[in-house]
Amino acid sequence: MGKRIGMEVSIAAAEAVKQANVDVISAYPITPQTHIVEHLSELVANGELDAEFFCVESEHSALSACVGAAATGARTFTCTSSQGLALMSEITYIASGLRLPMVMIIANRTLSSPLSIWNDHSDVMSIRDCGWIQFFVENGQEVYDHVFVAYRLAENRNVLFPVIINMDGFILSHVIEPFELIEQEKIDQFLPPYQPIYRLHPDRPVTMGAFALPSIFAETKKAQEEALRSSMSKILETWEFFGDMTGRYYHPIETYQAEDADTLLVTMGSYSETASVAVDKMREEGRSVGLVRIRLWRPFPFEAFKKATQHAKQLVVIDRAISVGACGPVGSEVKAALYGEAQRPSVFNFVAGISGRDVTPSDFIKMVDKAEIEIEEGNKEGYEIYGVRG
Amino acid sequence: MTENLNVFAVRTLTQKEYFAPGHRSCQGCAEALAVRLVAKALGRNVIIANATGCMEIVSSPLPYTSWRVPWFHVAFENTAAVASGIESALKVLMRKGRIPRKKIVTLAMAGDGGTADIGLQALSGALERGHNFLYICTDNEAYMNTGIQRSSSTPFGAATTTSPAGRVQMGQITWKKNMPAIAAAHNIPYVATACPSYPIDLVQKVKKAADIEGPAYLHILSVCPTGWRSAPELSIKLGRLAVETGVFPLYEVERGQYRLNIDFQKLKPIKEYFKLQGRFRHLTDDMIKEIEKRIHKEYEELRAKAGKGV
Repeated sequence: MGKRIGMEVSIAAAEAVKQANVDVISAYPITPQTHIVEHLSELVANGELDAEFFCVESEHSALSACVGAAATGARTFTCTSSQGLALMSEITYIASGLRLPMVMIIANRTLSSPLSIWNDHSDVMSIRDCGWIQFFVENGQEVYDHVFVAYRLAENRNVLFPVIINMDGFILSHVIEPFELIEQEKIDQFLPPYQPIYRLHPDRPVTMGAFALPSIFAETKKAQEEALRSSMSKILETWEFFGDMTGRYYHPIETYQAEDADTLLVTMGSYSETASVAVDKMREEGRSVGLVRIRLWRPFPFEAFKKATQHAKQLVVIDRAISVGACGPVGSEVKAALYGEAQRPSVFNFVAGISGRDVTPSDFIKMVDKAEIEIEEGNKEGYEIYGVRG
Repeated sequence: MTENLNVFAVRTLTQKEYFAPGHRSCQGCAEALAVRLVAKALGRNVIIANATGCMEIVSSPLPYTSWRVPWFHVAFENTAAVASGIESALKVLMRKGRIPRKKIVTLAMAGDGGTADIGLQALSGALERGHNFLYICTDNEAYMNTGIQRSSSTPFGAATTTSPAGRVQMGQITWKKNMPAIAAAHNIPYVATACPSYPIDLVQKVKKAADIEGPAYLHILSVCPTGWRSAPELSIKLGRLAVETGVFPLYEVERGQYRLNIDFQKLKPIKEYFKLQGRFRHLTDDMIKEIEKRIHKEYEELRAKAGKGV
């Protein structure tokens, strides 16, 4: 068991990148991701991490450089937020299509406009379909742990996908939490140096990034899609190994007081902890409410989600992003997941906490109140942006 | 200059082809010729990052490839950044003993659009950071791959599909962006211009650039019969005329020192160059004279920088 120490989440994330013995780091500063790259710069400057660290002139170049380094066989890391992610979005699709393992932490932040530095999930939802494995973590320990999980997974020869770790900007990135750090020997065992199947090297020349005509494009895309779907078993396996090493077992869907609950809150990211406080309060009042938290966003854990929600009468799905002109992206995903079920719960979709607005336990209770009344009155597929004036 | 000797000296180049025959470039494509010479000059110990563009499209239709050296295409505007990643990875992996130590040249290659327009930021960043890599711009003076649209590297007066010769506008109305000067302004160790019509000069510059520690930039004029509306068999001649008229002087900037590789006391009339190309067909004699004035002025400025001026 490692020792528990207090640390800012961004610093712990950078420490994890160091412990993962990353070879190449390329990044561009953007609030609220900055503390991660600042600390990594220090680690390299102090000789604590032997890596090529370079500050590029844009996020587009940051990810492009990572793609070049990963293709050459290096373990690579970058991190970004918001507008930075939007700028690198072109390359996110390419990194996945090329099946290049790498890890990116996103300190999730609102996409402009209006410009806002605060947290929501609109940045990563803009690249939802880019083909990376995507985690949403709840607390700092999960960020730290998932750096190792992500590299081991990404570099697994049956996976070979880039991985995004989503952590809420400021709410997680700038908060000091207690951490249980893992001994280096254990990490080295869990995460041996990356051995690519193919790398750019003159001894064994390969062409990477060839273009595809319509006669072959669909086949390559299908192969990518099937590979991402089937990475699910490796994700579970990697979490299992990690749990055996640390005692911290992770699952694609986490539940809290959910087994017998009529109403389930469905959340993603850091306010899941707040929601669990709200669940406790409602349980004290004798209400049948539980929590389902989505940790794995891509590939979406359809089976696990259906299993977790099969006995509920209603789901109150809370999104931290808006698909403008439709509803919340998690809301629509959940509805799609349940559509084929003979007995499916009603789904009320709220958007709450966009651009860093606080969502308190009492807000969760109010949302459950409202959803239960609306559903009772027959509005079984409701959608509302919660707590907004005007 | 020993121009005629070069015709024979080219036979001293390696017989090996690293950019294999059978690719899909147009007839008379001087860019494909330039790339072939670059590949010969660098040999097998190279990794190429290639921007989206003609050379990418003609050489890599999945599942085929024309490349006998490691070759990587990612996107259009980021080739210099991709090369930064490759170079850094080679450095750290050799340092950590995960791959054997040996000299491997990182080559970034893009057209004029991928360099002077959309790729300029990534290029500037990579040059400023000082990565040990060679960047080659194969300049055919427009977006040829997408159908001859103007770029900032298209010369004044040239008609393209987005700078057409109309009744009130006579083709491109801006002057060609001076990419070698922009590269040189980064104070990198080596900048040069080349043209496949001067193959030995080109090969020597590629080898020199590859040997230099730090970033090197090579700007290669690449005649494009399809886009320039010229006869495919005239590509070599056009490249020579571009040099002989002063339109595209061959020079090097080595650690800030300019050197003209071929100097002409008297430049050929620019009309000789223009008349072989449909893209300049609409220009009147007066307009050609005006363009020539500016070309001569720029040539004299370059001569002055190279210590040959008045």
